[in-house]
Amino acid sequence: MIEHLVAPFHYAFMQRAFLTAILVGVLCSTMGTYVILRRLAFIGDGIAHASFAGIVIAYLRGTNFYLGAGIVAVLTALGIGFVHRRGRISLDTTIGVLFTGAFALGIFLMSRQRSYSVDLQSFLFGDILSVSAQDVLMIVALALVVAIVTALLFRSLLYTSFDPVVAQASGMNAGAIEYVLLVLIALTIIISLQAVGIILVAALLVTPAAAAYQLTNRFAPMMALSALFGALCAVGGLYLSYYLASASGATIVLLATVLFFAAVGGKQARLAIARRT
Amino acid sequence: MVRDLAVRYENFMALEGANLSAHFGEALGIVGPNGSGKSTLLKTIAGLLQPSAGSVCVLDKEPRELPPGTIAYVPQIEAVDWSFPATVWDVVAMGRFPRLGVFRRFGAEDRKAVRHALAQLRMEDLSDRHISALSGGQQQRAFVARAIAQGPRVLLLDEPTTGVDEQTEESLRRVVRELVAGGLPVLMATHDLERASDWFDRIVVIDRRVLAIGTPDEVLKSGAYAAIREHTHTHGHLRTDHESHAGHAAHPEITR
Repeated sequence: MIEHLVAPFHYAFMQRAFLTAILVGVLCSTMGTYVILRRLAFIGDGIAHASFAGIVIAYLRGTNFYLGAGIVAVLTALGIGFVHRRGRISLDTTIGVLFTGAFALGIFLMSRQRSYSVDLQSFLFGDILSVSAQDVLMIVALALVVAIVTALLFRSLLYTSFDPVVAQASGMNAGAIEYVLLVLIALTIIISLQAVGIILVAALLVTPAAAAYQLTNRFAPMMALSALFGALCAVGGLYLSYYLASASGATIVLLATVLFFAAVGGKQARLAIARRT
Repeated sequence: MVRDLAVRYENFMALEGANLSAHFGEALGIVGPNGSGKSTLLKTIAGLLQPSAGSVCVLDKEPRELPPGTIAYVPQIEAVDWSFPATVWDVVAMGRFPRLGVFRRFGAEDRKAVRHALAQLRMEDLSDRHISALSGGQQQRAFVARAIAQGPRVLLLDEPTTGVDEQTEESLRRVVRELVAGGLPVLMATHDLERASDWFDRIVVIDRRVLAIGTPDEVLKSGAYAAIREHTHTHGHLRTDHESHAGHAAHPEITR
């Protein structure tokens, strides 16, 4: 048993993959708590797809993909916030318009190339095993920024998630806090792209937090439980993908989905027992 | 406090030419039918809406320039998601957040303020209960407790007695009077006219503009109160026929 657990660590690329998986799992599911409670589930999908344009632009210019994807993701996040607030358009419509536009730009630019590398496709589905030492440093740095800002704004994010109108009336700047949150979500998605890919990153934002929401009725335990689920799914999924020779991103998300249904089942069982007693 | 105030929603003038003031240690009732601009007036005083004309001045400043925590606003309870993962304690504790800012810790003084607020609303036994398990009246009391925990210098209440039982209403009235006795100015919107004199030191009658302002007795004699009462009782809302209220609008403002 121990041998099986240790075996993947004989390879440097697996060590980097596990470190990335834990960071991505914890970060996504922590931010996912706000995503769930503010009903922003669609936004993860939207920003991830929009970042594809940045990835293609970075690829064409030969620059770092984190820079390209990061700039487009943050601009899309801010754009979503701006159009939603100023244009009086519902959030899901705003996301739908902006992310498809940006994603189409990425495909347009890619299609203009006579030949394009399959590297771009790896961003669609993720390839955690290809994470380099430099990537790990970038991921750690971005994760630290997101974690520190989230910790500092913990109370403001909590209050404005529950009751933005009263928080605003009592002197908090709910609008600015929403913009900061959108940027934090965008950065979290960029950190996660290489691990789980554009198509699946939204699941990692939503599913562990949704599972945690089934099991607790307080905010801080929900966030802690969500982070734990995220880490467990990321590490467990990576182990499974190693031994099943399956795609790592998809395996991680599948494990999270199983965990979600287990949490729903656990809640229903607990309610049924409570009704009987 | 409120001078020549007008608030417009796109093509709809919700409030115009409103003048009124409230004083420390006074409960000011804002009375009017549905759609008369009561909530608009409170939201503008809270800094949530921008005046399209005129001004709002709270403690010599515009609402948005005030230090965090100065104004406590209690909206109608439908406004939030009651399935949010929070207990009564958590919600009341949020009242402390604006003053704490980013770096200060939630300390013993904050816990004491939360306990005190819960005690004032007689909610100590409910502090560990999830907010979705509260009745409408208890939810309203939790909101008021949060406002008290905030330690505001101005308290705004938007129809806190709507849909609550008599016991909760009396409990809220007692708390408001205690806060007013402690020197706090309280502005409260209501369409319940029956017990205005038990709640308020003065009332302002509005229907998109100020129709009358004064003590409950003075407003009662002005006729505006009767018009409101008649229409809220018989039709559910008042006609917006400002011509017919010209006499009341000219009623001199009475300040103490």
